Amino acid sequence: MTAQTAPAFPHRHLLGIEGLSRPDIESLLERADAAVALSRQVEKKRTTLRGRTQINLFFEPSTRTQSSFELAGKRLGADVMNMSVASSSVKKGETLIDTAATLNAMRPDIIVVRHHAAGAVHLLARKVDCAVVNAGDGAHEHPTQALLDALTIRRNKGGIEGLTVAICGDVLHSRVARSNIILLQALGARVRVIGPSTLLPTGIERFGVEVFTNMREGLKGCDIVMMLRLQRERMNGSFVPSVKEYFRYYGLDGDKLALAKPDALVMHPGPMNRGVEIASDIADGAQSLIREQVEMGVAVRMAVLEALATHLPNG
Amino acid sequence: MSALLLSNAQLLDPATGREGPGAVLVRDGRIADVAFGAAPGAPENCERIDCGGLTLSPGLIDLRAFVGEPGAEHRETLASASAAAAAGGVTTLVCMPDTNPVIDGPAIVDFVLRRARDTASVNVLPAAAITKGLAGREMTEFGLLAEAGAVAFTDGLKAVTNAQVMRRALTYARDFGALLMQHVEEPDLVAEGVMNEGEMASRLGLIGIPREAETIMLERDIRLVRLTGGRYHAAMISTADSVEIVRRAKEAGLPVTCGVSVNNLVLNEGDIGHYRTFCKLSPPLRREDDRQAVIAALNEGVIDVIVSDHNPQDVETKRLPFAEAADGALGIETLLGASLRLLHTGDVTLTTLLKALSANPAKLLGREAGRLTAGAPADLVLIDPDLPYVLDKRQLKSRSKNSPFDEARLQGAAVLTLVEGRVVHRSDLSAIAA
Repeated sequence: MTAQTAPAFPHRHLLGIEGLSRPDIESLLERADAAVALSRQVEKKRTTLRGRTQINLFFEPSTRTQSSFELAGKRLGADVMNMSVASSSVKKGETLIDTAATLNAMRPDIIVVRHHAAGAVHLLARKVDCAVVNAGDGAHEHPTQALLDALTIRRNKGGIEGLTVAICGDVLHSRVARSNIILLQALGARVRVIGPSTLLPTGIERFGVEVFTNMREGLKGCDIVMMLRLQRERMNGSFVPSVKEYFRYYGLDGDKLALAKPDALVMHPGPMNRGVEIASDIADGAQSLIREQVEMGVAVRMAVLEALATHLPNG
Repeated sequence: MSALLLSNAQLLDPATGREGPGAVLVRDGRIADVAFGAAPGAPENCERIDCGGLTLSPGLIDLRAFVGEPGAEHRETLASASAAAAAGGVTTLVCMPDTNPVIDGPAIVDFVLRRARDTASVNVLPAAAITKGLAGREMTEFGLLAEAGAVAFTDGLKAVTNAQVMRRALTYARDFGALLMQHVEEPDLVAEGVMNEGEMASRLGLIGIPREAETIMLERDIRLVRLTGGRYHAAMISTADSVEIVRRAKEAGLPVTCGVSVNNLVLNEGDIGHYRTFCKLSPPLRREDDRQAVIAALNEGVIDVIVSDHNPQDVETKRLPFAEAADGALGIETLLGASLRLLHTGDVTLTTLLKALSANPAKLLGREAGRLTAGAPADLVLIDPDLPYVLDKRQLKSRSKNSPFDEARLQGAAVLTLVEGRVVHRSDLSAIAA
């Protein structure tokens, strides 16, 4: 990999995209490109993290993010331990600080954290001595998802500068949307958000994005259509009246996708609700990058772990 | 009790606005004489305190303090709250009924008053609940509670949301001249909200509380006041729109007053920074333009009182992710120092501040305190308005340490506090010679 040539990553933790400079982001993407190549070989292992302990601490259930971090750590030679903490069975928060203190005493080198509350990962990072990676905190940030999305776009479009990217659906509750807005703008993309007003955060126009409540209008001329997952509990009258109505106006089908550029590409962070925010034929169609996003996820997480490793003691 | 002469002071009577050098003679727990200019004739064996030219004013009266006794003594007791109050120049605090058990019956009012008499160094006046158990359904015994010593009625952290209950409470309270202090927040609009709604909340990924949660409740209540004629006090307002609503109600001659939390006067939502839970408050810290609006309203007299909204919370309720942390901040000990920020920024005069911190709350409660007049209780504070310091939460007297002003640079403090002529706080300044 490119540990010798890539510029040093000047942060001890990765808590969000906010606070990263364009060179920070680009150096991570370059490391990730090398990790993609490595992962496509038969021999996928490196020794960058040999002897290091990585703990995946997930307060929210996750399949792809957790397994992706696990594989990334293992490919770099770390010992990886997965801890899933069911948030309902323990008193919230108390567990977070106590668990942080307990884990810290076991001297890990890297902790990867997902938590349902915004800011929880920042709180934990202040209580431990090792590097902390945010694997999603509430509706705040999910930096590795944004990085993997950027990597996927870059490899398919040759770059990000000047592209028009539409982020569609439940922006209100989405950490993926927040991280992507910041990252894509930092790399020079024009970002649109599309969704019903009940699913758009107050003041979203002040993020420097164009806001559309009509998906057909918003998709016109887009290079990338990024769909977001709509949680089941938000479908039945609380934020939108029904699945049927949501799919009609905000679900991505062939009809609506035809309004974007002919070479537009479709993305989704997963897991998908087929027939809710995206039609099956589009998810599996020629314009879909959804499978590739998963592959890029492992590479990006390898890049992040490797970049942070340079700050570890004796790193 | 022998007499005490406080001489060489800069007297400030917020009730009249009168200010000037002079002295105050205290006898038997009351102000015996106030002399602007020359010192009053003091008795022979009189105790004397040279005030060193500092400001002598009636002690602060805080209409909103959560104490924790009975039921949450690990957070605060009447003794620790009153020690914090004394150190902050607060000579009277009104404690909220959100205790366990709730202050909703005469026996609990009596308990609090007795505990305060035995353990507290400042005047503690209980506010009783408007509804039994703070449940928002049945009125408490306003008459019997007032007779037992409850000075006002409030459901504390909760608003009375049922309009019919509020209507009846205002109507019934009118017959007893009782004061209802409402927490103006519509809970359905607050819902899962944890901070002011807007760009900042959206960036932090936190759910916002719209200003309308406050203004809708306030508008509704004021219409009920017009219907019933009951005395109504909006405990704390935080938005520019609320200021206009209260202004219109006052112009219409309705018996409406309102308060503001010192936090909303000197902090804004930006102070939350990266999820500082000590700045998680109800009402939430708002935007800077709202803060400017409540400062202007204080100057115009639309806002009557400043409260500390003192709410001690411990590590288990505050060292949590922001959305999961409890609301509330310590405030009673920093009420004066924080308020004085507005003096030093040139936003508000000392007289206006002390009017809102002392004279006006006394008037609302119908107490004799809050003025420098012969015959009034000798509840006094000597203020050094310029004293600079960095607040250290470990030095605070409260049992809890959740101060949003920890490590803040403040200027101005109470150097001497008297309650009924007794010294209950004296800072270690050589300037204050006994």
